[in-house]
Amino acid sequence: MSDVFVEIDAVSRRFDVSKPLVTRLIHREPKQYLKAVDKVSLSVVRGETLAIVGESGSGKSTLANVIVGLLNASDGSVRFDGHLTSEKSGRELAPAIRRRMQMVFQDPYASLNPRWRVGAIIAEPIHAFDLARGPDVGRRVGELLELVGLHPDDAKRYPHEFSGGQRQRIAIARALASEADFLVCDEPTSALDVSVQAQILNLMKDLQDRLSLTYVLISHNLAVVRHMATRIGVMYLGRIVELAPAHELFATPRHPYTQMLLAALPDVRMTGRARTKVSGEIPSPINPPTGCHFHTRCPHANARCKSEVPALLDGVACHAVHEGRIAPMRVTASA
Amino acid sequence: MAETARPLLEVRDLTVEIPGDAHVYKPVDGVSFSVAAGEILGLVGESGAGKSVTGSAIIGLLQPPGRIGGGEVILAGERIDQLAPRQMRRLRGKRIGLIAQDPLTSLDPLMRVGEQLIETITTHLPLSRNEARRKALGLLEEVGIPDPERRIDAYPHEFSGGMRQRVVIALALCADPELVIADEPTTALDVSVAAQVVELIKRLSRERGMSVILITHDMGVIAEATDRVAVLYAGRIAEIGPVRDVVLTPRHPYAQGLMSAIPDVEDTRERLVQIPGTMPRLAAMPTGCAFHPRCTHAMPICAQVQPPLVDGVACHLYSPAPQAAIAGAA
Repeated sequence: MSDVFVEIDAVSRRFDVSKPLVTRLIHREPKQYLKAVDKVSLSVVRGETLAIVGESGSGKSTLANVIVGLLNASDGSVRFDGHLTSEKSGRELAPAIRRRMQMVFQDPYASLNPRWRVGAIIAEPIHAFDLARGPDVGRRVGELLELVGLHPDDAKRYPHEFSGGQRQRIAIARALASEADFLVCDEPTSALDVSVQAQILNLMKDLQDRLSLTYVLISHNLAVVRHMATRIGVMYLGRIVELAPAHELFATPRHPYTQMLLAALPDVRMTGRARTKVSGEIPSPINPPTGCHFHTRCPHANARCKSEVPALLDGVACHAVHEGRIAPMRVTASA
Repeated sequence: MAETARPLLEVRDLTVEIPGDAHVYKPVDGVSFSVAAGEILGLVGESGAGKSVTGSAIIGLLQPPGRIGGGEVILAGERIDQLAPRQMRRLRGKRIGLIAQDPLTSLDPLMRVGEQLIETITTHLPLSRNEARRKALGLLEEVGIPDPERRIDAYPHEFSGGMRQRVVIALALCADPELVIADEPTTALDVSVAAQVVELIKRLSRERGMSVILITHDMGVIAEATDRVAVLYAGRIAEIGPVRDVVLTPRHPYAQGLMSAIPDVEDTRERLVQIPGTMPRLAAMPTGCAFHPRCTHAMPICAQVQPPLVDGVACHLYSPAPQAAIAGAA
């Protein structure tokens, strides 16, 4: 694939979830780690929207945080536009690189400082990266507010005066204030009502077209992802199990987990789409199953699946697919 | 579903009031609907539509200072909106069960699951502890908890999110209620688990002939589970009808907007249809039809006269009289 913008190479992230030292010594327990992200490799192409989907505990938000550098990788590397960013702290990274990647968070009620006026919130990155001074700052803040569909006078108001959707617009304006061209959006609409969600998704698409932005979109909502993504990576317990162009993933899901996720989607348009029964739940990531993490819920699992971790080959990490034991599921799209 | 004989539950012109400093706010303002025996009725709407408050009003769990300001709630022919708290407590749990959104807060974390079930059963039914325990085991099995003999003595934290929600459902079924109110039962769950819980609620309603009021913001859940659905907006019913009609051919402009705003896996539109603006706040309720500032079809009358719910839809576009009135005025 050409023009790789962000290269994520074998990134892992572990968290120490051990019990307190004394308890461990008394019960002679070893240290315990939770592998939230397990050797994930992905490349983000310039101008695309790469979506990462998964259920709670799949590691998608941790991966997002590692990509933008809010968390360090335990292993592996992240390259942004050719620059290695994963081994440096934010301070060490050149501001010219750092300002170009920004994040939009899930909860706009928590991500905006309630004591700051909106103008100050949006101006902060402008000051931090010294992108404008004096009256130019106010002008730039006004431009950004208009860009996201708000009024320049809204700069004088406080976050609590805005609805959830408007706050998410403010969060997007702040992300764009540093003239970023790479946004990682972690569940940007899951705290919003559907009619407002549509407004924000449309806004994100418009901004992408106008400003040539590249997105990594983290979501648990397959329909949102379908609407936004160029390519989709499906995560299960820290690993990417399938990676495919959006239309292919929905037309011919190959990994049994992807097939199960699609089967679980409610049929909003009441098309009478064939559905298979979903069973089980995602296991605890502290003690994930051996081999392929999905084997405990997989109808096609055999001895090899229980012992050997499948590699991501040709966009899918599944022994049964590699061995030709299962064919891609055909989802018949109704007219 | 055809309404046979007398409906199990009838809600007539229900209004909920919250007294404020200057105004009395009405999060629910004149809502009427009925639920037939064995029927699943959906209440759908966005935040602030009044769907949860409607549910709380029916079972007498309004958060003070909220109170029922008018209207009637009739369960199997008896008014229950004016019952004394003591009588209401006896009815709640026994004849109307409740399934709340968050299984973590509706279970006591310090009490074994079995104890919670037995306590609820013996409160409502004249059974001995042993009989109650047998019934609890039966309920756990009915809601799909594997190995109930072993799991009955576990604590809530030992269950996964989906299993915990199943326990909450079993708790609602303890006294074999005629009606269950499920308030966002799948919202805290992952998609694959949510699908299982929706299936379970449908199965229980079918097998027990139990009526369900399913409150949710998720049109997908509505389409999957309900027989009829009421779309709420700003405390009023915008549209009510059989689920296929409302989902596939919505008539109210808000219901239409809501349906087309939902991204769907089977649609490849470039842009979603968006409804401009947001749900009005209680303190700033528009005059006339509450939806008119966001409505692309708004007419002069919409800002003046609240449209009545006629033939399942509350919109001036469908009532001939006001249109004649406009024509007459013009």
